[in-house]
Amino acid sequence: MRSQDPDLLRRLLRAKDRIDAASHEDWPVPRLARVSGVSEAHFARSFKQAFGVPPHRYLLTRRIERATALLRDTDLSITEIAFHTGWESLGTFGRTFRDITGESPGANRARARATAHELGRVPACVLSAAHRPDLTIAVSEKRRRLAGDINGSEQKEVL
Amino acid sequence: MSQGVEVVGLYVRDQDEALTFYVEKLGFRVHTDVRNGDYRWLTVQHPDQPSFQLGLFMPGPPVHDAATAQTLREVVAKGAMPPLVLVVDDCRAAYDRMRGLGVEFTQEPVDRYGTVDAGFRDPSGNGWKMIEARR
Repeated sequence: MRSQDPDLLRRLLRAKDRIDAASHEDWPVPRLARVSGVSEAHFARSFKQAFGVPPHRYLLTRRIERATALLRDTDLSITEIAFHTGWESLGTFGRTFRDITGESPGANRARARATAHELGRVPACVLSAAHRPDLTIAVSEKRRRLAGDINGSEQKEVL
Repeated sequence: MSQGVEVVGLYVRDQDEALTFYVEKLGFRVHTDVRNGDYRWLTVQHPDQPSFQLGLFMPGPPVHDAATAQTLREVVAKGAMPPLVLVVDDCRAAYDRMRGLGVEFTQEPVDRYGTVDAGFRDPSGNGWKMIEARR
């Protein structure tokens, strides 16, 4: 792996931190690039090299992680959770959730609640990181693989 | 106590910068600051915790070769070092004070079932959780 300038990495980390702090907000590349003080042209590539996933996909994993926690820990409806975590439609939320975790939000909630957790002693931030979905491939690619390549997906992930 | 952990070190990108941060913004004290050529052994201490020192060390010679030092600097700057936890009496008050001093917070104070926690980073990228424990 080619090395990256630590000062650049520190500024990219600032953009990642901002996504973490407010994953329900929109994070288009120009906004993230501004946080990092990097040109838009370089931001996405540098971010992916630094953190292993493109910024848009990182944002999706954070939203799904938050949604999973809200499903487990609150009585909010699935619709409320979708809007709390930054989706503009329930349909997109449900589909993305299924694509990433392999189950529907409702099924995930039922399973999480049936499993007793002894996690009270782990700091919440560490816990949420440990539960972060490991989205190593694009959501569109994951959909395509699940579909057995029969109907090559038309959808392209932004970034 | 005569046995136990005495020093745990962090990697920082600049020891002067780290010293200023931990002393002036977090209220730590310098415990040891000695140099041998380019090498500098620098530790700070929380005022309420005299048996423990936090080391602020630079990756580099003579401990690391150039490539290893570069890798360590990258890992620190990416925020990939292990989490650190600071316990405080009043998280919101500490947040206000530290924020006023220009500390880079990554998470505002949040209530979680009786505890309050916030998150911040040191200038190098080391991530701290600041927790007000349940009383």
